[in-house]
Amino acid sequence: MRNSLANASIKEVVNYDTSVAEFLSSLGAGGQHGSMGFREFLSGLDHDFLNDVGMDREQIWNYVNQLMSRVDSLKAQGNSRLSTLTIIGGRDKKGNREDVEITLRTGEIVCVVGPTGSGKSRLLADIECLAQGDTPTGRYVLTDSEKPQYRQRFNTDKKLVAQISQNMNFVVDLTVNEFVSMHARSRMAENVDGIVSRIICCANELTGEKFGPDTSVTQLSGGQSRALMIADTALLSSSPVILIDEIENAGVDRKKALELLVKKEKIVLISTHDPLLAFMGKRRLVIKNGGISDIIESSPREQYNLSVLEKLDFRLMDIRRRLRSGERIEEALTVTWD
Amino acid sequence: MKLITVAGSPSVGKTSVIVKAVEQLINEGIRIGIVKFDSLSSMDNEIYKKLGLPVLLGLSGNLCPDHYFVSNIEECFNWGKGNKLDMLITESAGLCNRCSPYIRDVLGVCVVDNLAGVNTPRKIGPMLKLADVVAITKGDIVSQAEREVFSFNVGIANPNAEIINVNGITGQGAGELAFYFKKAGEVLSVEGKKIRFTMPSAVCPYCVGETIIDRDYHRGNARKIVI
Repeated sequence: MRNSLANASIKEVVNYDTSVAEFLSSLGAGGQHGSMGFREFLSGLDHDFLNDVGMDREQIWNYVNQLMSRVDSLKAQGNSRLSTLTIIGGRDKKGNREDVEITLRTGEIVCVVGPTGSGKSRLLADIECLAQGDTPTGRYVLTDSEKPQYRQRFNTDKKLVAQISQNMNFVVDLTVNEFVSMHARSRMAENVDGIVSRIICCANELTGEKFGPDTSVTQLSGGQSRALMIADTALLSSSPVILIDEIENAGVDRKKALELLVKKEKIVLISTHDPLLAFMGKRRLVIKNGGISDIIESSPREQYNLSVLEKLDFRLMDIRRRLRSGERIEEALTVTWD
Repeated sequence: MKLITVAGSPSVGKTSVIVKAVEQLINEGIRIGIVKFDSLSSMDNEIYKKLGLPVLLGLSGNLCPDHYFVSNIEECFNWGKGNKLDMLITESAGLCNRCSPYIRDVLGVCVVDNLAGVNTPRKIGPMLKLADVVAITKGDIVSQAEREVFSFNVGIANPNAEIINVNGITGQGAGELAFYFKKAGEVLSVEGKKIRFTMPSAVCPYCVGETIIDRDYHRGNARKIVI
């Protein structure tokens, strides 16, 4: 079809994809032109009109052609598959060698710890752009043990890293249903309604306060927003690597959320100092002075401590729940560590 | 000398992303100069000066910034050559979404921000549609889903562009922008080159100082709303 744009009718071009149809309708072209040739339609547009559109005939022609290839490639690509990601050390801020090589696998949770300014963002940036010794850290990042191809490094449609952080918000003024549908369409999902209801259902499992499809995304509480972001990222995002930056406990079941992401074969990196989250990763990367200074395997002792902290957390959450429902908390609380 | 034109609506973060990309290039020993085009005033030249870069500030005043840009780009280019720069970056604010400051065969970079709303990419004219590289900023404060929908819409508005996400605060993504800066072709002269699309036209009496609201004063390129 694209090769024959020269002979295509308006009808054929419009039927190619909704994005093409929308553009053509902005030029005033649509069904009413039926079998009129695209080329013929273009030559009929007058100078003033083209000036308002902001493109000349040749630019419109090229644009439609490129838009069609983009639609083709978006439809063809699906999700990026990735089994491992290998980070090979470079140097820290002082120029000292960063003597590490670490391989992350899908379904794995890895924590990143270190004070603000220690270089956590840099590490993420290196992963995101698949550094090849050409970033300030001098690190190399390999996908499935191989050097990434140029196109893979700079292909926006295949962003490697999806990010969810505490200070991210929904800014778009749409309902949950409208917004998630819009995201699904942009991902060229086949069954938009199906995936949208799965995401909303899944988000509701992650949050204590339920919400419906007709709620406006800007009105969601912090916990609900986070839950929706996680469910949407797990089920719709094309990125195989997810970075979670300090997610608060309030209103979202983080354990379930992480299980969901792991089940969806994501590599999950959590930047946190919350012990509950930090112990959920089998490994922790310690960042100092811009370099990975240590890789800590979480010990059985830490895992035991996690179970103690989880109990404590459960009690706190329960008190929250009771407060929310208007109860008094007057019983004598005691803290025991086992 | 390489020439790069960067454009974007006010406050999208043009200066921040340029600074982050340029910091990496300076470390590689590349000599960079900046021309900042603005309309009324700008403090951004101070930010560039702090980096130790040669800076020119051009204020268009009551002229359309695009027209001002195109009437001054030759002089600016020669200024850059005179300063023996390896790379000259021009930064200009697109005020009407219709701006088109890009020159054929000169790298054109458009900066847009996620906060503008997911449908905005479709509303921006040649400034976005004809850019070679689109840098999307402020991704750190909107949801992952909105970032994805936004870049999808940028891709629909300009399927030809390389789209990158840049965080102007942490510098995440600036390395990729620097990569495209370096890939820009060498420009020997801008004399005789053509801009990619006609600039917004401005030839009505109000362009030349008319202030009275009255039908009788409408001449030239006056257009009426369809009611």
